[in-house]
Amino acid sequence: MKHIVKILTLLVTISALWIGLLQTAIIPRSHTWLLPIYFIVSLGCYGLLLVGVGLVQFPTCPQEAVLLQQDVIEAKEYLKQKGIDVGGCD
Amino acid sequence: MEKTKNKYSIIVPTYNERLNIALLVYLVFKHLRDVDFEIIIVDDGSPDGTQQVVQQLQELYGHDRILLRARAKKLGLGTAYIHGLKHASGNFVVIMDADLSHHPKYLPSFIKKQLETDATIVTGTRYVKGGGVHGWNLMRKLTSRGANVLAQTLLWPGVSDLTGSFRLYRKSALEDIISSCVSKGYVFQMEMIVRASRKGYHIEEVPITFVDRVYGISKLGGSEIVEYLKGLAYLLVTT
Repeated sequence: MKHIVKILTLLVTISALWIGLLQTAIIPRSHTWLLPIYFIVSLGCYGLLLVGVGLVQFPTCPQEAVLLQQDVIEAKEYLKQKGIDVGGCD
Repeated sequence: MEKTKNKYSIIVPTYNERLNIALLVYLVFKHLRDVDFEIIIVDDGSPDGTQQVVQQLQELYGHDRILLRARAKKLGLGTAYIHGLKHASGNFVVIMDADLSHHPKYLPSFIKKQLETDATIVTGTRYVKGGGVHGWNLMRKLTSRGANVLAQTLLWPGVSDLTGSFRLYRKSALEDIISSCVSKGYVFQMEMIVRASRKGYHIEEVPITFVDRVYGISKLGGSEIVEYLKGLAYLLVTT
């Protein structure tokens, strides 16, 4: 099944539940009418929260840049010894 | 490291990577000591003399260890992998970038993970403990995070880093996946892993660090974001 079909199925199921709630009026209709708005807002909040948390906890590795620089120097020395000309750029 | 009869073909597409390719080859040989491997360099007609440097490296390390499979001009990443794959003699293929943002010191952990789990694909991830990124500004991080949350929510891919391209594949699986991929650029990386996931291949992750040495150049401009969204929509309806 294509992925978009899965997502649409999910949305249709949620809509069906919502219409069911409207018809049976278990909770006051005025509340039920607002549910889709709550749903969209909470979805948005969830997304923003994930992005925010991800941003705060973004894994960084400044020490790796230093290590890489050391590796570059080591490699350059070896290559120079072996007569491989890599100069001229960078 | 455990000795096996596995052979690993490392495919590295290059364009004007004269210095980096030499450094990369040195570092691969340094970190993969007891492993049977070959490095396949697919150079797209670099004018900076990348191929001359590769020829010198062939003299030093051996023509059977370093293969130069050049193409006349820039023809795109996906076809570079297909081109390299044709010449690969290993039963496993590693794909990595030439610019040293992918460090060869992680190769043993890819191989170890594969041996431990018998996975079909091992993909490097920057977004878990032990992984990380260096050299990105806030905007770059924000775009990356946003893109990731969007893709995770819409595609449920089952891997944490969709656009990273440091990966190890069983050769037969890569041949299978790559033939069905049509995207370009880093959307291509996303398409590869999403299709692999849909096909039910066993995918494992290892942490990697990503050092972006091209400071100040934002690789994610407005047009890239549009391309990304188009890629996402494309994957939604085709996978």
